[in-house]
Order: sequence, then C-alpha cells, then structure tokens
Amino acid sequence: MSIVHESALGHVTGQARYTDDLPDAPGTLGAWPVQATHAHARLLRLDTSKARVASGVVHVLTAADIPGRNQTGPIIADEPLLPTDEISHYGQAVAWVLAETEQQARAAAAMVVAEYEALPACLTITAAEAADSFHLKPSLIERGDPTTAMAAAPHRLAGTLDIGGQDHFYLETHCSRTEWDGDGQLVIHSSTQHPSETQHIVAQVLGLASHQVTCKCLRMGGGFGGKETQANAFAAICALGTLLTGRPVKLKLHRTLDMQLTGKRHPFLARWQAGFDAEGRIQAADIDLIADAGWSVDLSPPVLMRAMVHVDNAYFLPNVRVRGRMAKTHLPSNTAFRGFGGPQGMIVGEEIVAAIATHLGLKPELVRERNFYRGANDAPENQTHYGQAVIDNHLPDLWAQLKAKSTFDERQQAVTRFNAQSRRRKRGIAITPVKFGISFNKTIYNQAGALIHVYHDGSVQLNHGGTEMGQGLHSKMLVVASRCLGLPISRFRVMTTSTDKVPNTSATAASSGSDLNGQAVADACNTLISRMKPIAAAALNCETSALEFAEGCCRVAAEPDRAIPFTELVHRAYDSRISLSATGYYRTPEIHWDPVTLHGRPFYYFAYGAAVSEVEVDGDTGIHHLLRVDLLHDVGNSLIETIDRGQIEGGFVQGMGWLTSEELVTNAQGRLLTDAPSTYKIPSLGEIPHDFRVALYRRKAPFTTDTIFGSKGVGEPPFMLALSVREALRAAVAAFAQDGHDEPVKLDAPATPEAIWRAVHKVLPARTQI
Amino acid sequence: MDAYSTFCLNGTTHDLSDRDDPRESLLRWLKRHRLTGTKEGCGDGDCGACTVAEVVREGASTRLHAVNSCLLPMGQVIGRSFVTVEALATKDEVHPVQRAMVRCAGSQCGYCTPGFVMSLFVGFHEDTLGDHCIDGNLCRCTGYTAIRQAMAEVAAVPASERASALPRFIDQDPGFTPRSAPTFLTPVTVAEALANKTAHPDFVWITGATDTGVALSRGHPVAPGFIALDRIDELQEVHRRDSSWRIGAAATLSRLEEKLGNSLPVITQVLPWFAARQVKNRATLGGNIGSASPIGDLLPCLLTLDAVIELAGPNGRRPVAASDYFLDYRKTARHNDELVTAVTFDVPPGRQAFYKVAKRQTDDISIVAAAFLVDTDPTGVIRFARLAYGGVAAIPKRARDTEAFLLGRRLDPDTVSEAVALLANEFTPLSDHRASKEYRMALVGNLFRQFVEAA
Repeated sequence: MSIVHESALGHVTGQARYTDDLPDAPGTLGAWPVQATHAHARLLRLDTSKARVASGVVHVLTAADIPGRNQTGPIIADEPLLPTDEISHYGQAVAWVLAETEQQARAAAAMVVAEYEALPACLTITAAEAADSFHLKPSLIERGDPTTAMAAAPHRLAGTLDIGGQDHFYLETHCSRTEWDGDGQLVIHSSTQHPSETQHIVAQVLGLASHQVTCKCLRMGGGFGGKETQANAFAAICALGTLLTGRPVKLKLHRTLDMQLTGKRHPFLARWQAGFDAEGRIQAADIDLIADAGWSVDLSPPVLMRAMVHVDNAYFLPNVRVRGRMAKTHLPSNTAFRGFGGPQGMIVGEEIVAAIATHLGLKPELVRERNFYRGANDAPENQTHYGQAVIDNHLPDLWAQLKAKSTFDERQQAVTRFNAQSRRRKRGIAITPVKFGISFNKTIYNQAGALIHVYHDGSVQLNHGGTEMGQGLHSKMLVVASRCLGLPISRFRVMTTSTDKVPNTSATAASSGSDLNGQAVADACNTLISRMKPIAAAALNCETSALEFAEGCCRVAAEPDRAIPFTELVHRAYDSRISLSATGYYRTPEIHWDPVTLHGRPFYYFAYGAAVSEVEVDGDTGIHHLLRVDLLHDVGNSLIETIDRGQIEGGFVQGMGWLTSEELVTNAQGRLLTDAPSTYKIPSLGEIPHDFRVALYRRKAPFTTDTIFGSKGVGEPPFMLALSVREALRAAVAAFAQDGHDEPVKLDAPATPEAIWRAVHKVLPARTQI
Repeated sequence: MDAYSTFCLNGTTHDLSDRDDPRESLLRWLKRHRLTGTKEGCGDGDCGACTVAEVVREGASTRLHAVNSCLLPMGQVIGRSFVTVEALATKDEVHPVQRAMVRCAGSQCGYCTPGFVMSLFVGFHEDTLGDHCIDGNLCRCTGYTAIRQAMAEVAAVPASERASALPRFIDQDPGFTPRSAPTFLTPVTVAEALANKTAHPDFVWITGATDTGVALSRGHPVAPGFIALDRIDELQEVHRRDSSWRIGAAATLSRLEEKLGNSLPVITQVLPWFAARQVKNRATLGGNIGSASPIGDLLPCLLTLDAVIELAGPNGRRPVAASDYFLDYRKTARHNDELVTAVTFDVPPGRQAFYKVAKRQTDDISIVAAAFLVDTDPTGVIRFARLAYGGVAAIPKRARDTEAFLLGRRLDPDTVSEAVALLANEFTPLSDHRASKEYRMALVGNLFRQFVEAA
C-alpha cells in the first residue's frame, strides 16, 4: 500500500481529534456574540445590564474589558477586536456573552441592547470607488511603454470583469479554547493556520508577554487560507474571557456565524485593455484591478500584489501596466484563500486571451500558445513584468503532452460535430495553462523551524512549525525525516503544532508548508546525523564521510553490511554525552522584492500545470454538465503521490466551485443572504464527472532550484486549473451564436445557471428562439 | 431525576432523563457524551458530516438508514437504535468501508470523513452503493474522486464478507417501549395525536424533523412542545388499489421511492433531486404539505396529479383537493388542530414529467420546479393538460389559463409558442438570492418547451 495520510485511520474511525473534540475542562464557559444590525454605524450605546443578570451568564465582554491593545490587525493596526464607536460590517460582533452554556450565552446575547446611528455604507467595489473609499495607496507595476504600444497595436479590445468572492467552507468551523495551566501560562487550542500569530495577537490583546501564551493546533478540518488570520480574533475573545473570569472558555462557531463573521476570497473588479497583432500576440496590456478588501486591511496588500503578478498567467506581456487598489467596503474583511489573489489575476489574463481569440476568429488554444513565455531562462520573452525570469519553464512541454494525451484536437472536432446536430444543447472544450509563483510574496515569511528529539529507545518526536489542515503536511514531514534518518515512518511521532516547541513560525500557507518546514526538518536531521556520525565512525572503524543513514542503520555506504543499528547508535551517543535533540531552520535563498519599484524575484520557483475540460450547456436553463476533465500538473519529484493527486483533484474542484456554483449574495443592508449550505452551494458529488483523469508531470529538463527532495508545492496551483471549466463554458456559450459572431462572450464569475442562461441570450441573434 | 425513556446506541441502552432536553439533537447529545467521531459541519442537514445509521426493524429483517443526527431531536430518538462511526471497527479490524477509504486516500482533513464512512456503511450493507448514497455528504478537500474510488473498491467486496462486517449488536432487539417526554409527545394512533393536540393546542406537529429540525438545531425554540407523528402506523401506509394510490403522510420519501418504483414519473423523477439520502430517509410527503413552501418540490406534482389531501381533526376527517389547499404564502386550508393523514390520487393517463432547476443540481433548493401532465387522443389532440410550478408564486400553482388554452389543440410549434407566452402571464416570480425574476419567468416557458420536445 502506498503511503497515505498519517491520520487516515483516525479520520475513518472518528478517533482523530480536532479542537472541538477535546474534553471540556470543568467550568468551561460557552460564548455567543452580540451582532450589529447595520453595515456601517456609530455605536451610541451598549447596555449589557439585562444580559449580565440572565441565567448562567458569567460575563459580557466589551471593548472596555480589554487590558492590552484592542487590536488584531495582522499587517496594519486597523482591526479592533471589539468596536468602541464604529460598526464596520453587518453582523459584526460588538460584544460577546460568556455563560455556563453556549445556549445560555446565546439567549443572553439577545438581551443586550445596542443603539446605533446608521451611516452610509459601501457594499460594492463600484460604490467604494464612487465614494473614493480605499485602503492604503494604489500600487503600480509597469514594463515597457504600454501607452505607445497600445496606440500602435493593429487591434485593441477592452473589457471589464466582475469576479465573485468565495467562502472557504472548511467543514470544521472556527474553534478556540483557552485555559490557564494552573501555573500562570495561558494555553490556547485553536483551529489556526498561524499559531505564532495567534499567540502574539492574544498576548497583545491581553497585555501579556508572548512567553506567557502557548498556542497549539491539533489539526484542522480544512483551512484553505480561512484560518490564516481569521482565527486570531476568536482565540483572543476566549483568552480575554479566561483572563477576566479565570475559567476555561470554548468557542465553536455555528456555520452561519462562521459565514457571517469571517472574511472570504476577495471579489475583484478588473478593467482591461489589450493591444495585439493579427496573429493574436499581445503587444500591450493595461489592467486595473480593484480588490474588495472589506472593512479592514487584513492580508489584502499581499493578496492584491499576488493578483498583480499573476495577471500574466503563462503569457508574455511585452508592454504592460497593472494598477491595483483595495476598496474599503463595509463587509467582513476579506482574507487569504487558496491562490491568494492569484486566481483573480489569472482569470483576467485568460479573459483577455479568450476575447482576442473570438475577435480574430482564432482558436483560443492557439492564441494561448502564441503568447506563452518562451526561450531560455534569460530570454527576453521569458521575463515576467515584475523582473523575474520564468525559471525552469516546463509549460510548453507539459502543454503539448496534455494536448496529446487528452486527444484534444479530435475531441474538439467531435464537439463541433455535436454542436452542428444539437440546437438546445451545446458543448465546449478548452485547455488552459497554470503558472504559479511559489513562496510568500512577502520575503520575510519565507523561513521555518523544526525541533527533533531522539529518545533512548530510538523513537523520534518530530516537531515543525507547520499546521495540518488536511493537505498532508505532517505526512510529508514524516517522509522527509524518514528519508534523512533512514528510519521507517513508524519510528516517528509528529507532535501537535505548538508555539512552545517551534517559535516565531510563519503561517502554513502559500503552498510553501512542505518546502519550508521540510527543509527545516532536514536541517535538524542533518545536525543529528553530523553529531552521531563520529560515534558511528569510531564503532565501524571508518571515515565519517563514508557513512549513510539507511534502513534503520548507520552504515558504510559502499559496504552496507558494515552497519550499526540506529537504536544502538543512539545509546552510544547518549553514553558519549551527545545531544539527541536538535533544532532545524531554513530560509528560502535567492528571493528578494523591492517594495518601491515592485520588481524583484519574489518566487523561488514556479509550479506549472494545464487542464482540459469539456462541458455541455443547456441553453434553456443555463444548466451545464462537466463531461470530462484531464489534468496534468507539475509537482516536481512528488514526496507522496497520493497526497499530491488529492491536492490536484481537490484544488480543481474547489476552483470549479468558485467559478460556477458558489455565489455570495448580500442584501441592501449588507447582510449576507447566502450564509448556510442551503443557499451557498459548494460542489457536491453530482458535479464531478466520472471521467476525471489526473496525471503528475514528469519533467524532462532538469530543475535548477534546490527544493526538498526535488518536490514542489501543490496546495494552491491546481485551484487555477479550473479556469479550463470557465473557458469550456465560454466555448459552449459561443456555439449558440451564429457564424460571424465576433463579440467576445461575456460570462459572469461565477457562471451560475442563470449567468450562463444570460450569456447564451446575449450571443443569440436578436429575436431568435433556440 | 427519572429516566423517562431509553434508546440504543452502538448496542448499549442509554437512559434519557428529565435533564435531557427532547429538542436537543442527537448530534449534541453525542458530543455531550464524548462520542466525538460524529462531526458538525453545518447543523442544517446539508453537509452530512453528522451522518449516523438508524437501525430499523422491519418484521424479521433489519434495515439501516443513514440520517443526519443534527436534525434529529432526542424526542424522536427514544425507543430507537443507532450506530455511530465509533462502532464500526473492532479491536483487530476496521470495517471494509473504512479500509477502502484509507487505501484510496478518501480523507484529507478528515472532518467530513465519518459522515462519508457512515453513508458508505449503510450503502454497503443495504446493497445500495452508488452516487446517490453519498451525495448528501459534502467534502471540501478531495474533489470526491478518491471517495468514489473507495466506493467502487468496497462495492467489489464479496457478499459473503458483508454479513460478517456488520457489527454484531445490530441484530439484537433492545425491545423497549418508548414513553413520551412531557414536551415531546409520541402518539401511536391518529386519535391519540388529535387528543394530544386538544390537550396542548400550542404544541406543533413534527414528523421527519428535516425542516423543524433545522430551526431547533439553530437554537430556535419553535414551540413549547411537539407532537411527533412518526410512530403512527396508519400514517406510514403506502398502497395502491387498482389505479388509486394512498400515501400515508408520514411515509418517508425513501419509502416512497421504493414503493412507487417507476410507476409515477412525475413523482419518481423528482425524488432523486428532491434532497439527499439522509434527508429522504426522514422527510415525508405530509411534511412537505405541512410546511407548504412555495419551493416544496413535491407540491407541483400533487397539483398535476389532482391529488386529494386528507386531513384529520377533532371533528373527523375531510378531503381537500390539492388545488384548493394552498391559499397564500405558507397559508393552507389546514386548520391548526388538523393534521395531514394521507394523500390520494388516481394514476392519470398521459405523459408526465418533472423538471427542477437549481444553482447546484444535486441537493439544492429549486429556483423553479415544474410538473407536467398532458394527455392526448390518438390523433394528438390534447384531452387534458396540467402544468404546475413551484418557485414562481407565493404558493405552488397551476397554470390554469394555459391549461385551458391547450385543451383541444395539438402541440405544434405555434401552440407551444402561444402557450409559452400565456404562461408568462400566470406567475409572479420574485428576485431573491437564488435567482432573478426574469430568469424564473424564462424557465417557466422553457421547461414546458423542453417537456414538449422530449416527447
């Protein structure tokens, strides 16, 4: 059996524990928020007196209770934990009731009287733009002379694209619990992707030093970026409760609360103009991106930056101007979500290419190929608009492989034949590329630590700074440690992620979890190896350089029978007073970024992929079916193939949800109407084609960056493979048009049945009934 | 503190006492009792993470039903038997379903996994494996292909291994009689139910709890007390006499699917899209009629069948035509002290079909639902036509003018075009978070056209 997720057995038997599953310590309090009923208002009065005397109530937390800083903003200090005077989004927690039970807290929350003075609210990007409501300053990345090149281009097109947001819909909603350990240490268990930040923010709110706070994360039931910063406030509420009452506090958000209170994928508004030649080669692009940041900054600057450096997707844009702004709206503050702005940038690039193809009557895949980055690493047409070479560009080869393997050309002809026969249903097929930069855009986050303890009996505890949310990071770290120390995985135990084991960690995010932590684990292993080798060399009477750790032994590489079992070596090392505990550390080399010119090498390497999707659209209803998917993705030398395939399949489907069925609808008061799975529809089994083919790309050219065992990050890149579904839908919609139709097909994102129905109606010749 | 009743969990009998709120969901009860394998993903019965198996004895045989424990009030759990994920593996061996999920990498974050395992467990032992057995389980990580693979692997397990994989306790009959909690009454006859209602006019009926259960799960008290109709044998009966059907109001939709087979397309076509398995194992036709939502998918079907809804009240029973039953938004001809006992109808001649459009085609609430029934003479002249829609008015509604127009005509393109134009005047859809009124309006005509062209 191939290696599976280290917790798989726990998952299927229900034995795997999540934060919510820990036993409640005696006296644990429940919490419930008092929610604002305006999107933007002045908080005039907050009367908690009735709630305070309600049954079971122990305390009502308000801003006045905060002994430290009333602040949870991760980048900019613009995010009060509890509002003092201004309400910034509908449903915002203005106070939290703590009671003996959650039900009692909930009942009492309804007794808190809040008075507001309503203020004008910005609920859309366009409203924010009209009101000139933005966070921070605009950003600009430029290359060449886009103005002149645009004017000189033989063809020009312009368009706008509204890009919808997306709820993370991790199956496990946010959960935190806090207690004193009885000796002055505050212990937090949190479903957080960033335990160090949760620790620091809680310390800041409570006015404690960070060493008084320990944050642990057992595992999460999904994160997808939604627990990168969003867990901090809930942990801080629990911790504040524990500080004030001395009692443990637990908070597990109900699904609707989770959807109402937390930030989502940023909606974007894109305006673009492109100049191109008769062959479809882009000569100039001018792209204006506005991200809906919500009420506070949160992680919006790096999200916007990643969008700005991914508008090119896989295409060389010789003259380009990308402007980026962050709309300040009165909505929950939007945050990290798988792809982190990349999808919102890349969808614009694909929109432009698709429009060019329709305009020129060319096949979209041909226009894509003609615009690919090309040449050697340092070739002029292989340089991104932010100054980084598209290193190890495997895409042309990968693309050709997928086209052949998926029999794209034959199937496209079959689609054309089908469409000629079918009036009300049309099919579409599309192939799209993915090029995605790997590393945190912010250079300083690209560091990681590990801590390994070897015990007398030869068993090993493995600690690293990353968190497990289903992506299989712990499993991959076991593989790394196992390969380094030459021990079977059964000898290791991955410990709960905890800030008292590995401090000052970065979030587990940006597809970099195994890259960063894997190198740190390897570093710790290498330290142990270098300490133990002299002992082994003495025992085996050889040079240390002749030794290797393999198959549970330390042995002479050239003579595998000259070996000392690992456990015996551990005994000897201990007897020789050699430390059997080591830390490991890693910082990604070679990356740099100039925040003023917005140029540099932000990414250590790129991940590549391509996807073919084939769909069938019913023009009467706009309902579509995905008939077949072919994915080919580059994970380097996979650490665990089953896990990487799972990331590819799951990422694609999540991307498909973003682009098709997942629609966030807010009413005129700013209240989210789609705040439950009855109204917010993530893909279910029924949307998944039975013909779903996934392959890992075997690269031909050597890889020039030194990653852990030659592997590549895989968390985010496959998400954007779903752009092929959108382009296939566009092709199917276009098939409803009559010949000679050269208006680009306008398709909303998400392309819900209604959106597709509208798009079909737009391309139908006037007064034609299908 | 007296134990008022008992229920059976994983082969062990548990007492329920006055301290146990009968409105509390089984899921919450499990958590309080440290059985944490069953997960809460939504608390609305929409994600399946809390799926458990109910053990149902039908005569000598034992059946397993997958149900959402988040929607099941403890008042309805009493006297019944359930299996949770903790009971599937023995000390030495995991269940074949668990083994397949591990082997195929069917779990990533693992939070939805116990729910999938339980749905597959039921499908495995009931021999109903297939997409419909897990389409009520949401997974946000895997993209489902690995889970589908696990299902294929487990489907290949020889039948001889199936019986041995069934936990032994399942065949033991705990043999207890339920007693009602004071605020959660469990009558066993219609007469008793009506007497309960007379004694407690402010108590409300509850049957499958797939609608009320959502409100309870969200912490809304709903009513001071409940009268559960799911233990009344008469209401469970589904039978056909010649061309007449009588469907007990408390028969679950899963039971309807089994009983009706393919005999009534207008209903059997809706059931796969009505809801997921866990919901259909609890939801009832009577419940759909009782909540009278304009988007209750079975209601347009009843209108096209010209069904009769039978009500029972303190003054006896009375039939109400389905077309007279829906008065206004969630207002019906049923009086507060009446309950729905059955639906009767004759199998009509002609061609019938059901259509549903939703944002997501599986397990979603309709944007528009439509049920059509058209009968023509041998020359193609329409003898009668019934066209009923959900989602386009405050109530489920028939298109009376269009029906009248179609009588005596043939379904040629001109007639269809005129019918489509007429349909546009018969409904008053609204725009909401599911769809715009323009789209709904277009669907009204387009779905009818699809029906005509499918002939």
